[in-house]
Amino acid sequence: MQSVLPSLFFYALATMILVSAVVTITRRNAVHSVIWLISTLLGIAGLFLHQHAEFLAAVQVIVYIGGITVLFLFVIMLVNLDEAAKKKQFAGQWKIVVICAGALLAELGFFIFKGAEGFYFAEPAGGSLQPNTQLIALALYRDYLLPFELASLLLLVAMIGAVVLAKKDLK
Amino acid sequence: MPTIPAAIEPFIWPFVYGAVILLVFPLLAGYIVLLERKVMADIQVRLGPMRVGPHGLLQPLADALKLLIKEDIIPTLSDKWIFWISPIISVVTALVAVFLIPMSDKLPVPDTNIGLLLVLSLTSVGILGIILGGWSSNSNYPLLGALRSTAQLVSYEIALSFALIGGLMLAGTLSLQGIVMAQKEQAIWFVFFQPVAFVIYFIAALAETNRAPFDMPEAESEIVAGYHTEFSGFRFALYFLAEYANIVIVCSIMTILFLGGWLRPFPNVAALEFLNFAPALVLLGLGGACLIGLDRKPSKPQKLGMIGLGGAFILAGLACLLPPVMEAVHGLFWFMLKVFMGVYTFIWIRFTLPRYRYDQLMNIGWRWLIPLAIANVIVTGIVMQREQIFAALGF
Amino acid sequence: MATTPPVIPPLAPNATFLDTNELIINMGPQHPSTHGVLRVILKLDGERILGTECVIGYLHRGVEKIAENRTYTQFAPYVDRMDYVAAVSNGLGYCETIEKLLNVEAPPRARFVRTILTELNRISSHLLWLGTHAIDLGAITPLFYCFREREEILKIFENYCGARLTTHAFRIGGLQYETYDGFDQQVRAFCNQFMEKIAEYETLLTGNRIWLERTKGVGILTAAEAIDFSVTGPLLRASGVKFDLRKAQPYAAYSEVDFDIPVGENGDTFDRYVVRMEEMRQSIRIARQCLDKLPEGPVMAKVPKIMKPPVGEVYHAIEAPKGELGYHVVSDGSTQPYRIRVRPPSLINLQALDRMVRGLLVADVVAVIGTIDIVLGEVDR
Repeated sequence: MQSVLPSLFFYALATMILVSAVVTITRRNAVHSVIWLISTLLGIAGLFLHQHAEFLAAVQVIVYIGGITVLFLFVIMLVNLDEAAKKKQFAGQWKIVVICAGALLAELGFFIFKGAEGFYFAEPAGGSLQPNTQLIALALYRDYLLPFELASLLLLVAMIGAVVLAKKDLK
Repeated sequence: MPTIPAAIEPFIWPFVYGAVILLVFPLLAGYIVLLERKVMADIQVRLGPMRVGPHGLLQPLADALKLLIKEDIIPTLSDKWIFWISPIISVVTALVAVFLIPMSDKLPVPDTNIGLLLVLSLTSVGILGIILGGWSSNSNYPLLGALRSTAQLVSYEIALSFALIGGLMLAGTLSLQGIVMAQKEQAIWFVFFQPVAFVIYFIAALAETNRAPFDMPEAESEIVAGYHTEFSGFRFALYFLAEYANIVIVCSIMTILFLGGWLRPFPNVAALEFLNFAPALVLLGLGGACLIGLDRKPSKPQKLGMIGLGGAFILAGLACLLPPVMEAVHGLFWFMLKVFMGVYTFIWIRFTLPRYRYDQLMNIGWRWLIPLAIANVIVTGIVMQREQIFAALGF
Repeated sequence: MATTPPVIPPLAPNATFLDTNELIINMGPQHPSTHGVLRVILKLDGERILGTECVIGYLHRGVEKIAENRTYTQFAPYVDRMDYVAAVSNGLGYCETIEKLLNVEAPPRARFVRTILTELNRISSHLLWLGTHAIDLGAITPLFYCFREREEILKIFENYCGARLTTHAFRIGGLQYETYDGFDQQVRAFCNQFMEKIAEYETLLTGNRIWLERTKGVGILTAAEAIDFSVTGPLLRASGVKFDLRKAQPYAAYSEVDFDIPVGENGDTFDRYVVRMEEMRQSIRIARQCLDKLPEGPVMAKVPKIMKPPVGEVYHAIEAPKGELGYHVVSDGSTQPYRIRVRPPSLINLQALDRMVRGLLVADVVAVIGTIDIVLGEVDR
């Protein structure tokens, strides 16, 4: 029993993630897509929780669901969906897509094949109530401070850029 | 007595507690509504609900019944299943968050090391219920309401989180129980260390729960009822429930982080041990008040109702005098008292202040609250690490 | 299989395909804050107003047409139903117009009593405006305070003529009823307590930061614009034009009392609020003076039982709470008016709405409709 339950969780969450992801890209209605995307993200948060990475799980939910998808919805709601649904849904780049997807598939297959023995299903990490919040903080703010700050600078630049672009449009 | 398997045993009490929350909380929310109406009436020189039960005490039940048996209308052009699911998203996330609030150290509330983050993440999912509800109605006013609430909630969540960080830096833990225990160890409520954070949190909390003066998403004089304009009957009741649950949640977090949770005032001063009798005294006082006011009741049923109410209060008060009950109840009593003071302040503000305009709201959030909250975090950090900083500077 | 390519409407020069659509919103006729059945069509960009259009007529009852089939006396109660929150003012305007047409004058006592009641009515109308205006801006409580005081005024009306809202207090040629016993004391008591109550409203609103932010600089109407739109009443005075018919063409007993005309500077919503608050104080002042000077004597002039005014026409206007209320009456010498045309202040003030709200936000539309102080019964008649 002790060994079945975790993998059961894993499979349930994995199914949820995969199914939601497929449904996300096949919905014609953008809002429905976002809802399925939320379901995918919730599944990923569940996987984090499954790995006893509670902090990551909570942050996943706050940032991705509470922040990013909410902004997605914000934008989508302003767009006239009836008109958008009539537009062509696919960009018509079939050949490039097939080549890229094939390459990716081959790559993944190769590595899975090569590393088959090192591959195992995710087991929960050691005991709960580990202070992984502190561990993450130490990693981010002490061990990898410079890359972390660089990344935040990059995001800041992107943010300012977005604001400038949006402002220009208004005038 | 059948033995309980060890694998299930730790889940039983939380499960029972969750069920109790699920059953009791809607009632509690109903009575918060009644409180709101009574306070409103008092501020507005009126009496408020007086017809159903003594002093309108059964009004919440009547309202709930009314909402339950109302016709359930789904607009023809709405997006049916989103319309169906969005109030559920709101109410489920809100109730789960209520379940996670440790109202007393005696309750079997799960203690996680990300307690506060978990509650925040649940409320941020709850926003989806509002947005999707507004969008799926396929109507202009709900759409405007949903847009307003999205912008408002996302903006104020930042200020809210930064205000919380100020308190968290003192507590050193995200666990809700741990935060309260930290205040016990440091023998002070964090509001005295973090007054700025407390004020910012309170303002942001008003905005987060769509309360006046930040109630733009449902400003009835502008956009009718905002995102729930098209919702009626039970679905509307669900939104209503979620809204009041959110008020309780933000007040609870405020209580836990800034006002010492379930601890009585000055928990470390043994001389104030007698404060543990407070719940009993309050209940007995309420009972006495019911019986004293008996003469003014005009009719026999009303008199009987008041006697019953007073008797119930006195019995509960006497029960609270028993040591084991007192031990179990006084934490809950202090917690509830603090939460209700928060709720009362919310109500008081609502009926005193006019409403901000949407752009003014955004200005306050982005230009004042967020910079102030960030500055507060920085100053707190400097003060907490002053010794190292002084040492580094060579003092 | 020849298919024609879909016609793509040309985009505006600076528009991109991501530009969101303009939103057309119907505000009203069923809306909490259009003060009745006004319907405003709003063209929005997000929440910013690009333009508005008022649709009126949902409360049209053809009052002016009805007049043509009633005798002069019979029509008097109908005017109460136009601006039903200021029925006494409407009645005063009508009675004075017909008196002018008949060439009779109401006796002095009647004129003073008329002035008192009309000023009380001005206060009650302003109180209703204040309460609803505050509710429009989200302050729920002032309404109940306002209604508490308005109730006192309505009690005075009830004691005087038996009706509270549509009073039909005056008759052509004077008053039907002498004042009741205790009228003087009751009005004085009201005047005394009301000054304190105004201070109470002001503590709730005037100094409130939110109230200031919501009203200052919102819905500005300059003096020139106000004159161009021919708005009258508090709106005009808030824009800085010192014009009040009570001073410009004194009627009733206004020439014999002393009062100030409050004026604003910026013509914004806050100024209109201040002007109306001050007007209420001035109304108390007028009512007190009238009580002091209240002469003895008859309350009804000699008017024929069957009124047949001479052929001709007359225009007479009074300063109703909302602005210039004018009656243009044409007589063909019969017992019934040939034509009555009313100049309702609400309707004409409402025309300035579009100018006042363009470029503002939805929330401001509500504030501006509130500050114009319309009564749909009068707009639509």
